[in-house]
Amino acid sequence: MAKASTRSNRTDTYLSRILGAMGLLCALLLVLVVFFLLKEAWPVVQSGGWLRFFHAQGWYPLEQLFGMLPMIWASIAMALGAILLALPIGVASALFLLFYAPPSVAKIYRLLLNLLAGIPSVVFGLWGLTELVPIIATWHAPGTSLLAAILVLTLMIIPTVALTSVAALSAVPKELHAGAQALGLTRKTRIMSVIIPAAKAGIISGALLATARALGETMAVLMVAGNVVQTPSSLFDPVRALTANIALEMAYAMSDHRASLFAAGLLLTLIVWGLALIASRIVKSNGKVLAYAK
Amino acid sequence: MTMQPHSPTFTLGQIEQGPPCCEPIPHLSIKGLSVRYGAQTVLDEVSLDIYKGCITALIGPSGCGKTSFLSTLNKMTDAISHAHVTGSIHFDNNNILDAQTNVLQLRRRIGMIFQKPNPFPLSIERNLELPLKEHGIKSRKVRKEKIEKALRDVGLWHEVSDRLNTSALALSGGQQQRLCIARAIILEPEILLMDEPCSALDPISSGIVEDLIIRLRGDYTVIIVTHNLAQAKRVANYAAFFWMKERVGKLIEFGQCQHLFDTPQHELTAAYISGAKG
Amino acid sequence: MPSRSASNIRLADQCFSVLIMACAAFVTITLIWVLGDIVIKGASHITWSFITSEPSDAGRSGGIGTILVSTLLILCVALGAAIPIGLGVAVWLSEFTVQHSRFSNTVGTTLDVLAGIPSIVYGLFGNAFFSLYLGLGFSILSGGLTLACMILPIFIRTCESGLSAVNNDWRKGAQALGMSRSAAIWHVLLPAAAPAIIAGLILGIGRATAETAALIFTSGYVDRMPGSLLDSGRALAVHIYDLSMNVTGGDNAAYASAFVLITLIILLNTTAQSLIDRWFSQRIYAS
Repeated sequence: MAKASTRSNRTDTYLSRILGAMGLLCALLLVLVVFFLLKEAWPVVQSGGWLRFFHAQGWYPLEQLFGMLPMIWASIAMALGAILLALPIGVASALFLLFYAPPSVAKIYRLLLNLLAGIPSVVFGLWGLTELVPIIATWHAPGTSLLAAILVLTLMIIPTVALTSVAALSAVPKELHAGAQALGLTRKTRIMSVIIPAAKAGIISGALLATARALGETMAVLMVAGNVVQTPSSLFDPVRALTANIALEMAYAMSDHRASLFAAGLLLTLIVWGLALIASRIVKSNGKVLAYAK
Repeated sequence: MTMQPHSPTFTLGQIEQGPPCCEPIPHLSIKGLSVRYGAQTVLDEVSLDIYKGCITALIGPSGCGKTSFLSTLNKMTDAISHAHVTGSIHFDNNNILDAQTNVLQLRRRIGMIFQKPNPFPLSIERNLELPLKEHGIKSRKVRKEKIEKALRDVGLWHEVSDRLNTSALALSGGQQQRLCIARAIILEPEILLMDEPCSALDPISSGIVEDLIIRLRGDYTVIIVTHNLAQAKRVANYAAFFWMKERVGKLIEFGQCQHLFDTPQHELTAAYISGAKG
Repeated sequence: MPSRSASNIRLADQCFSVLIMACAAFVTITLIWVLGDIVIKGASHITWSFITSEPSDAGRSGGIGTILVSTLLILCVALGAAIPIGLGVAVWLSEFTVQHSRFSNTVGTTLDVLAGIPSIVYGLFGNAFFSLYLGLGFSILSGGLTLACMILPIFIRTCESGLSAVNNDWRKGAQALGMSRSAAIWHVLLPAAAPAIIAGLILGIGRATAETAALIFTSGYVDRMPGSLLDSGRALAVHIYDLSMNVTGGDNAAYASAFVLITLIILLNTTAQSLIDRWFSQRIYAS
C-alpha cells in the first residue's frame, strides 16, 4: 500500500515536471517570436533607419525607399471602416439572437454566425474578387478598392462582434430586465437605455478585438484591395495594406527590404497587442460596475 | 367600516400621517386567479379584493406563489414564455388579463419594486428621467421638478442632490432601493407592487425603507410580499396568507392585518404566525 | 396622457424592431450569397478525378489530389505538435499551479499575447525560425509547426477553461479515493472536460485548415506530391489564393477548391467531435 502510494506520488512529481516544462516552452514561444522578428528587422531598426518608414517618400524597395505611411493609413482606414459597419450590424445580430428571435430561429441564427466565422479568409477573398469587385467596378473602376476591402472585412468580423456582444448582453443581470419592464418601457428603450449601457464594456472590448482582427487580416485584403501603394483619398482607390505588402514581397525580398517587412510585422503586432490590452483593461475595470447584482 | 386605528403593538414610532388612510373600496378585484408554469400549477383559484390606499401584505412560506401572484398584477408573467394565467383581475372595469390590455400603460399605473435594488447602470438623474421621457414628458423643466419631488418623497433629495450626475450604482443598498421606489412613484402610479423590498438590505436601511412604505399609505395602494411577519404587522392594513398544498399555492386566509394576526380563522394561519409551521 | 407622444414612442419601438430584423436578414442573405456562390460555381467542377489527380497547367486543369495530401499532412503535423503540448499545458495551468501564482499568470498572459499575433506575423516567424534558423526549409514540417504555434494559445485556453469548470467535488472525490493526481486527471478530469477540449480542437482545426498567410513562406507553393515531411507542399487555401490571383482562367478551379476546402473544414469538425466523443466515453466506462 505504502509502496503503491509512493509510486503514484512519483508519477505525480514527474508529470508535474513534464507539464511545467511544457508551460515554460509556451512562454518561451513568445520570447522566440519576438526575438526572431527583432533579429530579422534589426538591420533596419538598428541603423536608426526605422524613422524612414515614416519619412521616406513612398515605398520603392529597389531604390531603398521604405516609406510605410501610405500602407499604415490604408490598413487603418480598412479596419476603421470595417468596424464602423460591423459594430451596428453585429450588435443588432446579438440583439436579434437574444431578444427578438424565437428560440428555434435563434439557434439557427447562432449556427449561421458560427458558420460565417468558420469561412476561410481566402474564400472571402475569392468571393470578394469575383462577386463584389465587379459590382463596385460598375460604379467606379477598377473595383478592387478600399471599399471592397472594407466590405469583405466587415463580413469577416461581424461574427466576432456578434458573439462577443451576445456574451456581454446575456451577462446583464435579469433584475435590470425586470426593472425596465416594470416601468412600462418599450423594448427599444429597454435595450438602448438600460441593457446596452449595462453591457457596454463587453461590447466595446469585443469591437476592439474585432478591429485587431481586421488589422491583422491578410489574404482577403490582399485579394480585393488592389494593392497599389498609395494613401487612400477615396473609397474607390486601390490600396495596399501592411499585411498584404508582407505577403506580396516576402518571396523575393532581400537584406534591408526583408528587414523592413519584418519591421512591418513587428509594428502590426504592437498595434494589435495595444488594442487587446485596452480591451482587457475595459473588461477588468467594468468588473466592479455591475457588482451590486451579486 | 372605518379603518382600524393603529394599535400601539404594530406602529413604528410617530409617523406623519398624510391623507386619511385607506378605504375599503376595491382597487383591484381578483377572481379565480390561477397560474401555471408549463404543467405545474403554482397558484390555484385565488380570489380577493385589494383595497384602495391600503397596504396589503402577502405572507406565507417560500414557494407558495406570492411572487407569482404579484407578477400577474402588472403582467410581468408575460415575459415567461411557458406561464399560463387564468381567471380575472378587474382594474378600472377592465380585466387586466385581457389580451388587448396595453401592458406599457398598465405598468405605468401599477409600479413594481423588487427584492434586490435594481437601479440602472446610469446616473441617478438618468434613472429617474428615463421613465418620464418614455411616458411622454417632454419638458425638461417639468422633468426636473418631478425628479426633485420624487427624491424628496423617498427622503433621498438631501442625500444626493449634489451628485445627481454620478452613477446610481455608487449609492448604498438602502439608497438604491429608495431610488428604485422613487423611480416607480415618479410615474405617479396608483398601485405599487413590492416583492420583499427590505430583505436584501441591512437592518438600518430596512427600517428606513419600511418607514417610507408606511408613508406611502393613503397616496398609493401597496401590495407587499414579505417573509418578515413583524414587518407585515407593522406596515400592513390587510394581510393575505398563502400556503402550499400538494405543491400548489393557495390563498388560505385574507382579512384585516390585526384580525389575521390576533384571531386567525384558519388553523394553518395560526400555526404559521405562531411559528409552528413554515 | 399625451397619446400622440405615446404613439410616437410605439412607432419608434416598431421601427427599431424592423431595423434589428433587417440586420439579421442582411447577415443571413450575405452568408447565403457567399456559400451559394461557392456551391453553385464550385460543385459543378467536382469530379472524382478532380479530387484525386495532380494539378496541371498551373492548376487550370487537372485536380487537387497532391494538394489535398499536403494539406492533410500539414494539418497532421500541426495537430500532432499542438494537441499533446496544448493538453499538457492546460492540465498544468489548471491542476498543478497555484491559481494566480506568478509563473502561471505569466504563462497565461503570454498565451493571450500569442493569441493576438496576426497570422501573417506567424508566417514571418515560421520563415525565420523553422525554415531558415532550424534549416527545415520550405517544407510541410515548417508549415505544420508554424500552424501549431498559431493554434496553441486558443487550444490551451479553451481546454483550461473546460478543466477549471469541472466540479471541484470530483477532484475531492478522487482524492478521497486515494487516487493519484495523474490518475484523477486521466480518468476523471479529462473526460469531464471533454466538451471544452473538443471545442478547442475544432477551433484549432478550423483555423489551421483555413490558414493561408502563415503558410506561403513556410510550406511553400510547390504543387507536386510531397515525398516526405521535409518536402514543400501547397496547402489548399494557398492553392485557392494562387489560382484566383496569379493564374488567369483559374477561377473555376479556385471555386471547386474553395468548395472542397469548406466541405473539408465541416467534415474535419464533425469527425473530430465524434472521435473524441467516443474515445472519452470509452475511457469513462472501460476504466
